[in-house]
Amino acid sequence: MATQTERQTAKQILAEPGAPVIVFDHVQLAFDDKVVLRDVSFTVIKGHTKVILGASGSGKSTALKIIVGLLKADAGVVWVNGQRVDQLSEQALMPVRADLGMIFQEGALFDSLTVRENVGYKLYEETDMPLEQVDKRVEEVLGFIGLLEHIDKMPSELSGGQRRRVAIARAMAFKPSIMLYDEATTGLDPITATTVDEEMIKLRDLEDVSSIIVTHQLRDAFFVAEHMARRDAQGKVQIVPATPQKERQAEFIMLRDGLIIFEGDADSLRASEDPYIRDFLS
Amino acid sequence: MPSLLERWVKHAALEVQEYMYLTGAAFRGVFTRPIYRHDIVEQFDQIGAGSLTVVLLAGLFTGAALASQSGLTLDQFGARPVVGRLVSASMIKELGPVLTALMLTGRIGSGIAAELGSMVVTDQINALRALGTDPVRKLVVPRVLAGIFMAPVLTVISDFIGILGGWVIARYQLQVNSGLYWSSITKGLYMQDVWMGLSKPFVFGFLIVTIACHVGLRTTGGTAGVGKATTVSVVAGSVAVISADFFVTQILIALLY
Repeated sequence: MATQTERQTAKQILAEPGAPVIVFDHVQLAFDDKVVLRDVSFTVIKGHTKVILGASGSGKSTALKIIVGLLKADAGVVWVNGQRVDQLSEQALMPVRADLGMIFQEGALFDSLTVRENVGYKLYEETDMPLEQVDKRVEEVLGFIGLLEHIDKMPSELSGGQRRRVAIARAMAFKPSIMLYDEATTGLDPITATTVDEEMIKLRDLEDVSSIIVTHQLRDAFFVAEHMARRDAQGKVQIVPATPQKERQAEFIMLRDGLIIFEGDADSLRASEDPYIRDFLS
Repeated sequence: MPSLLERWVKHAALEVQEYMYLTGAAFRGVFTRPIYRHDIVEQFDQIGAGSLTVVLLAGLFTGAALASQSGLTLDQFGARPVVGRLVSASMIKELGPVLTALMLTGRIGSGIAAELGSMVVTDQINALRALGTDPVRKLVVPRVLAGIFMAPVLTVISDFIGILGGWVIARYQLQVNSGLYWSSITKGLYMQDVWMGLSKPFVFGFLIVTIACHVGLRTTGGTAGVGKATTVSVVAGSVAVISADFFVTQILIALLY
């Protein structure tokens, strides 16, 4: 268990620009005879985006689940916000999860709750925040993603894209500093997928959220890496092509058979001569 | 390569271990914070009030059929007037608790397994955990409490309705005097019988709900897995109720009589 001084030091380091918010160090995991992660290491820098690419079954989603503590690694070390999480109990993981927002494949909205209750779930159930303040925050978040008019609907009444965006709203309602997107755009048409991509960009650039995006949708991965959000003079949010400096803040990883076969920015990925990567990109 | 028997034994041991782990976690969840009060109230309503109709119907027809059948047998000994005593003893000690439990297994056990199983395969359980909620405290503890405390209430109602159904048959088919029917019930009923009938439902309620939660939370294999979990929950719950009935009866006979 970390001491008060250690926690203070970690807090100071994490407050600095360029601090590592997630460290995945030689992580291994196998289910019976099937090796999912052979030896995977990467770091996510504060305010940056890490895009994890790979075919189905390559271990992308597994890596996210290990970060949140939904799965335990067989070997290796995982740090989140300066705290080692790979050996923590479910109870000890709760404070770590308070700063992690995760968007699951298909959204994983609670189908017996309304959009309002879904988005405000954590604030209603796990905090002492007064109800009026929770309602205000829920409306603010739904307004941010443009779904305020659907606040009293049930998840079954929403389209696929709307469900993913509500899932993003639910994850951002408690203002986490790290967002983990697990195939957030898979199965969506390109126009709807772009609206989801734009939410990720807005969160990263306007709310200063670090993120890991797991996907096999190259179009969405490059869109997020090569665009940025900014407010114009009237305060309206615009999605514009990213500056070279901003582009470098999005790093790509490609997983294959439980190993990282590529790590670099969007341009390096496009320029790669590796036959598997070329095949994947085509 | 492990043999079929070895794999089966390992699988069974794992299931028992996970079941014990879940019941232990649920037990801790009852006595420690956080406690989700509104979920507890909701489950008491769903499991208690929601099961009332099936329990009433099952109790009424069982009591009536029991009186009808007993009447024929008692006639052979000229003992038709004590039909009330037989109906009440059978209903309170055995049929009320067991039939109510089996009705609950069908209605509640299947519902819980299907609901939790769907939540597992659609990642809602993982979403709960990622949002900082312990699924055992949020989903299992309220259901276990409702199962333990509502099963006895429903059993008492079923017993009464069964005896009432028996009275209808005794009065209008067997032509037994109403006063005779009710007095034979009170005369033939001992405190030990009441304890026997009230103790069993606590055990049955606990078993039905914990088995359903365990099966539901270990669902794998998409929607087909949810269907399988529902079936397993009902079958395992029913077998557990019937076998537990035998053992609890033996223990209570040794303790009370």
